[in-house]
Amino acid sequence: MPPAVLEVDGIAASYGPVAACRDVSFTVTPGELFGLVGSLGAGKTTTMRIVLGMLAPDAGEVRVGGARVTPETRRRMGYLPEERGLYPRMRVHDQLVYLAELRGLDVNDAHRAADRWTTRLGLRDARDVPVQRLGPGAQQRARLAAALVHDPDVLVLDEPFAGLDPETAQLASGVLRERAAAGVPVLFTSQALDLAERLCDRVGIIQNGHMVAAGTVDELRAGGSVELLVDAPDAPDGWAGALPGVRVVDVHNGRTRLHLTNGVDDQAVLAAALATGPVREFTRVRPTLAELYRDVVVP
Amino acid sequence: MTEPKPARTVYLVARRELNTRVRTRSFVVSTLVALVVLTGFVLTQSTLFDEEHVTRVGLNGQALAITGPLRQAAGQLDLDVTTTEVPDLAAGRDQVADGELDALVSGAPAELRVLVRGDLDPDLRTVLNGLVQQQVLSGLLASVEDLDSNQVLATIAKAGVHVDSLEPADPQHDQRLALALIMVALLYLALLLYGSMVAQSVVEEKSSRVVELLLATVRPWQLLSGKVVGLGLVGLVQLFAVGAIGLLLAILTHVVTIPATATATMAWGLLWYVLGYLLYATAFAAVGSLVSRQEDVQSVLMPFTVVLVVAFMLGFAVLSRSPTGTTATVLSLLPPLSPILMPGRIALAAAPLWQVVLAIVLTLASVAVVARVGSVVYRNSVLHMGPRLRLRDALR
Repeated sequence: MPPAVLEVDGIAASYGPVAACRDVSFTVTPGELFGLVGSLGAGKTTTMRIVLGMLAPDAGEVRVGGARVTPETRRRMGYLPEERGLYPRMRVHDQLVYLAELRGLDVNDAHRAADRWTTRLGLRDARDVPVQRLGPGAQQRARLAAALVHDPDVLVLDEPFAGLDPETAQLASGVLRERAAAGVPVLFTSQALDLAERLCDRVGIIQNGHMVAAGTVDELRAGGSVELLVDAPDAPDGWAGALPGVRVVDVHNGRTRLHLTNGVDDQAVLAAALATGPVREFTRVRPTLAELYRDVVVP
Repeated sequence: MTEPKPARTVYLVARRELNTRVRTRSFVVSTLVALVVLTGFVLTQSTLFDEEHVTRVGLNGQALAITGPLRQAAGQLDLDVTTTEVPDLAAGRDQVADGELDALVSGAPAELRVLVRGDLDPDLRTVLNGLVQQQVLSGLLASVEDLDSNQVLATIAKAGVHVDSLEPADPQHDQRLALALIMVALLYLALLLYGSMVAQSVVEEKSSRVVELLLATVRPWQLLSGKVVGLGLVGLVQLFAVGAIGLLLAILTHVVTIPATATATMAWGLLWYVLGYLLYATAFAAVGSLVSRQEDVQSVLMPFTVVLVVAFMLGFAVLSRSPTGTTATVLSLLPPLSPILMPGRIALAAAPLWQVVLAIVLTLASVAVVARVGSVVYRNSVLHMGPRLRLRDALR
């Protein structure tokens, strides 16, 4: 199957009177890692369940390769549910073979695929161990293997990094990058914003069932406000306070942190700083995803 | 790699259930325990069914005169008798047929007739004979002038209660009854055990959230069918093993001297296990999907397990009293009770073929209904996490 784009188009769903998501739209292109971030109950898991066809949306649709998702395309998706998701008393290898067979692999291919992924994810020693006897990190790796075992065309992962130690998180993100490089659209949710920032090509911020912002982290930065860090040792107190559209956030060790309203020219601020004397440092602060998220979600 | 056919998906799910259960130690242990219990039952059955119980005697018309003497004579023999007045002979006959009365006594005290369903209890026969002889003797003594002692003795010896039986006595009855009751007990246990196992398996997938992973790939009905079929086969294997070994043992130890009947009983039992299991397991699975925690399974299954318990208890009561009566016939045709009562009646040769066929058709029809409703409930509630759903909400 050629690489196919995943499109989520205006989906809405509600649990009784509570709307879980409203008019959520985004696109994950082949080879792209798309991170969905948002607080608990924001609608991330609901969105994923709709993508996987477990939940029928009240409105909108999900397309893969331009065509509405069918059971056939759904079978070619890999899914990692949030927490748990495997039979506690079943052995890792048996479990992977079973899931691969359910997704249409024949017995031999299923065994080969299970072996390949247990090796790749460092689970070789855990091959015949029941899942409930594994540590949390190994359990998460086993779940990841379950999502990958049938070589899916689309990957949907709910909190793949939850509870992972840094080493395992590294391994997991490496595998996800590798799958993306092979042309698979990868959609995942994460509470770990720093990890999402490093890994994602694009991010969608979801809040109260709405997609409030989406784009590359740089695009989100461009849409947001700008902050400057200025070190002008001879400047008097309040030198920047009078500048239009500029607010002083913080003064620390002689450095002033300034918040610029959208559209304010940072060169005018530099000129004002130079007017006070020498300027040792003039930096445009790149807000982290966490700060962007706070900016978008909190007001 | 191609889309697996629905049948293959069901097969894969069923195979997993089968493998998971048969490999466990608890399966082996429960099979052995069932065998030991059954063996014990077989070996003690002859003494078990000889126990005395209250004999209910109905008295009609002139026979009412012997109420007092009957009780007295029975008391001397340690025979526990209750007497009731039966004004209408035809009604009394029905009561005997239904097993409400053990014996119906009518006629003049010197010419008593007794109506029973099968055999007249030997102790009761002795008591009644004694009463008739007393009457005849006192009649003879009244005409004391031409008394010939030899003639008196001859007359007395001939005097006795006249016995009418609704059914010819069946010498195999005790063995058949034992087989029927064993069958009822085994079916009850198997349906309860494997029905709840299906519910537990549904909840296990819910609580471990495996169901989310599975339903991304398979349809709910495929998952449900595979589960029901897989666990049903486990039960069938276990029931067959226990039944076959128990039967062989009973035949070898001559506890059972009717191997053909016993084998047929077992074959019918297996068929009814399949029918009953389909009915109960589907209902159990659907109801099980309403809860998300193993701790809640038993309570949500309660109303359904009660039906099984009632069927079991009715089975014991009706089969030992009156397997051919109206009560037994009606109850054994009701689908939730048929899988336990009908094989019992078949074992006793108490059910005509048309009733057996009717019960099978009715049970299959209700399996179809339960499967349809059950799959709606399952589909709607299996992805619902959190507190227990109400059945009404799950049906929407």
